[in-house]
Amino acid sequence: MRAPLTWLAEHVELPEGMSGRELSEVLIRAGLEVETVDEVGSDVSGPIVVGRILAFTEEPQKNGKTIRWVQVDVGAEHNQPHDDYPQGCRSVVCGADNFAVDDLVVVSLPGAKLPGGFEIAARKTYGHISDGMICAEDELGIGSDHSGIIVLPRFADDGSELQPGDDPADYLVLRDDVLDIDVSPDIGYCLSIRGLAREAGQNLGVAFTDVVNLETPQPIAAGHPVILEDPACPLFVALTVTGIDKDRPTPRWMARRLVMAGMRSISLAVDITNYVMLETGQPLHAYDASLLTGPIRVRKAKPGETLVTLDDQTRTLDADDLLITDDTGPIGLAGVMGGESTEIGEHTVDVVIEAANFNSRTISRTLRRHNLPSEASKRFHRGVDPAAAYSAAHLAARLLVELAGGTVSSKETVAGAVPEVPTVSLRADLPSEVLGVHVDAERVVEILRASGCRVVAGSEELAITAPTWRPDLRDPYEFAEEIGRKLGLDKIPSLLPVAPPGRGLTRSQRARRAIARAVVDAGFVEVLTFPFMAGDDLDRLAVPAEDARRRTVRLANPLAETAPLMRTTMLPGLFGAIARNTSRGNDDLALFEMGSVFLAGAGTAAPLVPVDRRPSAEEMQAINAALPDQPRHLGAVLTGQWLRAGWNGPGVRAGWQQAFALAEVAAAAVGADVVRRAASRAPWHPGRCAELLVGGISIGFAGELHPAVIADYGLPNGAAAVEIDLEALTAAAPVSGSIRAVSGHPVAKEDVALIVPDSVSAAEVQAALADGAGELLESISLFDVFTGEQVPSGHRSLAFALRFRALDRTLTDAETAQARETAVAAAANLGAVLRSF
Amino acid sequence: MTGPDSPADLSQESVDAMVASAVAAISAVQSSAELKAARSAHAGDKSPLALVYRAIGSLPGPDRKVVGQRLGAARAQVAQALSDRESVVVAAELEAQLAAERIDVTLPVDLAPQGAPHPITALMDLMADVFVAMGWEVAEGPEVEAEWLNFDALNTDPDHPARSTTDTLFVEPLLNHVLLRTQTSPVQARTMLERELPIYIVCPGKVYRADEIDATHVPVFHQIEGLVVDKGISLAHLKGTLDHLAQSMFGDDIETRIRPHYFPFTEPSAEVDLKCFVCHGESVGNPDAPCRTCKSQGWIEWGGSGVVNPRVLIACGIDPTEYSGFAFGMGIERTLMFRNHAADMRDMVEGDVRFSRSLKGIVR
Repeated sequence: MRAPLTWLAEHVELPEGMSGRELSEVLIRAGLEVETVDEVGSDVSGPIVVGRILAFTEEPQKNGKTIRWVQVDVGAEHNQPHDDYPQGCRSVVCGADNFAVDDLVVVSLPGAKLPGGFEIAARKTYGHISDGMICAEDELGIGSDHSGIIVLPRFADDGSELQPGDDPADYLVLRDDVLDIDVSPDIGYCLSIRGLAREAGQNLGVAFTDVVNLETPQPIAAGHPVILEDPACPLFVALTVTGIDKDRPTPRWMARRLVMAGMRSISLAVDITNYVMLETGQPLHAYDASLLTGPIRVRKAKPGETLVTLDDQTRTLDADDLLITDDTGPIGLAGVMGGESTEIGEHTVDVVIEAANFNSRTISRTLRRHNLPSEASKRFHRGVDPAAAYSAAHLAARLLVELAGGTVSSKETVAGAVPEVPTVSLRADLPSEVLGVHVDAERVVEILRASGCRVVAGSEELAITAPTWRPDLRDPYEFAEEIGRKLGLDKIPSLLPVAPPGRGLTRSQRARRAIARAVVDAGFVEVLTFPFMAGDDLDRLAVPAEDARRRTVRLANPLAETAPLMRTTMLPGLFGAIARNTSRGNDDLALFEMGSVFLAGAGTAAPLVPVDRRPSAEEMQAINAALPDQPRHLGAVLTGQWLRAGWNGPGVRAGWQQAFALAEVAAAAVGADVVRRAASRAPWHPGRCAELLVGGISIGFAGELHPAVIADYGLPNGAAAVEIDLEALTAAAPVSGSIRAVSGHPVAKEDVALIVPDSVSAAEVQAALADGAGELLESISLFDVFTGEQVPSGHRSLAFALRFRALDRTLTDAETAQARETAVAAAANLGAVLRSF
Repeated sequence: MTGPDSPADLSQESVDAMVASAVAAISAVQSSAELKAARSAHAGDKSPLALVYRAIGSLPGPDRKVVGQRLGAARAQVAQALSDRESVVVAAELEAQLAAERIDVTLPVDLAPQGAPHPITALMDLMADVFVAMGWEVAEGPEVEAEWLNFDALNTDPDHPARSTTDTLFVEPLLNHVLLRTQTSPVQARTMLERELPIYIVCPGKVYRADEIDATHVPVFHQIEGLVVDKGISLAHLKGTLDHLAQSMFGDDIETRIRPHYFPFTEPSAEVDLKCFVCHGESVGNPDAPCRTCKSQGWIEWGGSGVVNPRVLIACGIDPTEYSGFAFGMGIERTLMFRNHAADMRDMVEGDVRFSRSLKGIVR
């Protein structure tokens, strides 16, 4: 809502000299979101005066134009002496020809500044010194018309005669402060000058005069017949105004206000309905009386009905759409937009004014269904004061009489009535409790009465009837909010509540933080990608049909048609981040992301259960069953150099080794050990993919990506990836651990080199050695892998370092040798043979 | 001087000469190797003093004692000279070695590549920790959520425009009433439905809106919301909590205000503003010094808040005559922009490693 300050000031006694900005501070504190204050005309200054054309001569120019050399009387203060005119004048060059001698015009004199920083000075043009400028609308910033200069009437709106030298600023409405307010849905009454003026008055403590007379007479059917057939229209007022003069223009003050309020000036009759709507908040509609056939009926649409709306669109109507109809069928979408067939136009002489009230929910649905935001629907959707309808219709009728020369028919129609506002009960100390500041009962009553409520005070309870324009005041807490707004939220103290002792983060939350920290410390950079996938991502990853990752959740209205699925794997998003980075010259990348993946469930509906009670266990179960599984995953992708080549040595390529190491780092962060097992899984390289196991439970996969996937996504060769199910990892991680005693006895070291068939993994051999070595083994590690001379083909030599130690004694050589022997014997079961040199 | 063939000269003068010769040679030693050679030449088995010592046996008894003492003293002098010289040589050699081993301490070094959390994650954890420190707990919930929990349970009218497909992303088919949560508030509803009272929680997490992406909007972003339900909770407690959070995030001198607004979930509702940290309000009404950060309004909008609407308590099975609560929520992206001067939200979602690394892994 854009509200000119001068318009507000006609309804509320603003303090002398209050600026739009000062008023906006007051309104902001009262909860009105004033987004900007436009200081219209603040860039116009200097001598701009009324001038009377004394004479002019037409001078054709070489460029084909004809200019006028004009002598204009601009008043004693500004006239220069002139031989022909005793009172003096100014001489100016003017390109327009829409004026005659004796016309009154607007002259900006040297020294004036016009919008856009345009400074007027005496300047040489077309062989004359032009001593000012005769202005068109656009040059003054008050309109877009440049077809000719402004010709002023003889008399101002207040009846005074305009004289040369007068300041035309007021008449032209050159300057005003316009408050642009984003009105929240609960305070629809502030979509009007009336409502904003009321708020300003109440918050400033100054007098407000309601332009609306709240009395609505009993139903009368004397005017144009109206039949209400649906409860979504409780009230319909119809006034007939006949004999309007179709040639009368909209007065400048009205057109200026409409424009400053963000609307266009169209024709006098339409402008009047819009003006009254802006002023009262009551949307009005004017029908050409000669185009109405039979009574107006308000009803819901029938199947298949259509309507051509004012915007020239044919709308197919829904059975829930509320319509204005006559005997020919639909003539308007109630509260949203009128129809073309009964539209007023240049030939209209008799009009029927509609001022009706419509149910806000019905209008909201129609507005959304047809995507038809209009000035009317914007107001009805938030709720319009039903008591304003009758008065607004009369305000419009009066303006049609005064400005358009029409005659109001004394026969009027009032169908229906203003709905009763229920009286509710409020505990007088509830506002204090809700706000946390003491407000005594008298103050509560005072504020609510100032807001328009009828209040009957009991000993503890107040019986309150909200005003018709406040449908947002029904519940006790809503009244508490009104008290808070009017009191000022800055009056409320700041108190920190004391929570009961908490238990900190949950195990799962601690685990995720520890994993993220460990992965970062290991050298990975976290990114946050959009969790969507393209329809063909899974095909490109070669994920098989039966894979769980195929259980996709599809969006009905995705942000991009190219990415309609929720991700079931972290990898495509990370691939996108890799591509974006490499395209920007970031080549060495170790990226990770932690977030949910979405695996479709049964695909049942989540019921919209009642809200007047807690849902039952069965209802909650049905709601939850409709949701997909949403486990949190860790995904990581590596490309380029892990460590760059430098002064101190060659670089280290990023690849499957770091992918495996990342899995170990992540698991170690929650105290778990990862075992790797060769696996074949999309989108990894079948020979370079490991399944990751913790305590025998699979928690994810890691390795080099499949060359086909690398090529398809344009990733650098050798790119590697990891994906870990964090829920599975934290579930498999040990809940607590115990600390091993540390032996102070000397260590006995033994190295073992084994020839092992390629089919046996290093981890299997190591596990067998460890198992065979028994409890004296302190640690075991692989330190060499060798193929070539002395190793039969299809085999590898694996060398392990074993360390033995006992808690209670120094081991003898015999004990160590014995343990080594049993270790080697256990490995022999896998086909490992002790290597002899 | 003396040889096996000539009789040994054991006079004091002769011994002194031997010592003098040895000490002179030892003093000239410059390295460990020379020291080793000098030790052998002047204190070894074949050294002159060792050789003359053999002659003692042939001396008469009384002379033997005198000469023995004379030679012992001489050998001690030589040993002392060796030891003294050794200290000097070792120290000099160590000094030379250390000088030779000097490095350029400014050479670049690496343990691992430079990792970094995303600033959004880091800030979200930091904000949650402010509440954990007060005994609150961190609650979480699903991102693909039931419409009922995202809207109905939070007192959002069935015809509210936010429920349309132009504002909210829905899962297919629409009739299933499953959507991508538009706020973390459904976690609040779940908490009220599931946990014992009183409730003091924050819910950080990812949320979704059908917004166009630009410098100040992204369709997938992060929020942190707080909820308290307890006996005797009022708007004053909300104000205290917001002040504490603002001070924790922006320093003790930050100014906040709450301003009436409308949210279905709360009644009364208020927006939370921060005093503009760039112009400190100086740009208001001062066209010569406009402020882009607050658009010369003096305040910037941080989040929404209010007293929990009793209808929400009822839908979650809590008796509003006994309990009351407050809730608030703010965007993490917005907070990061304010705190750490991130200029463009698009940078936060593009995954450029330079963005994540720019804060060196911590939000300061």
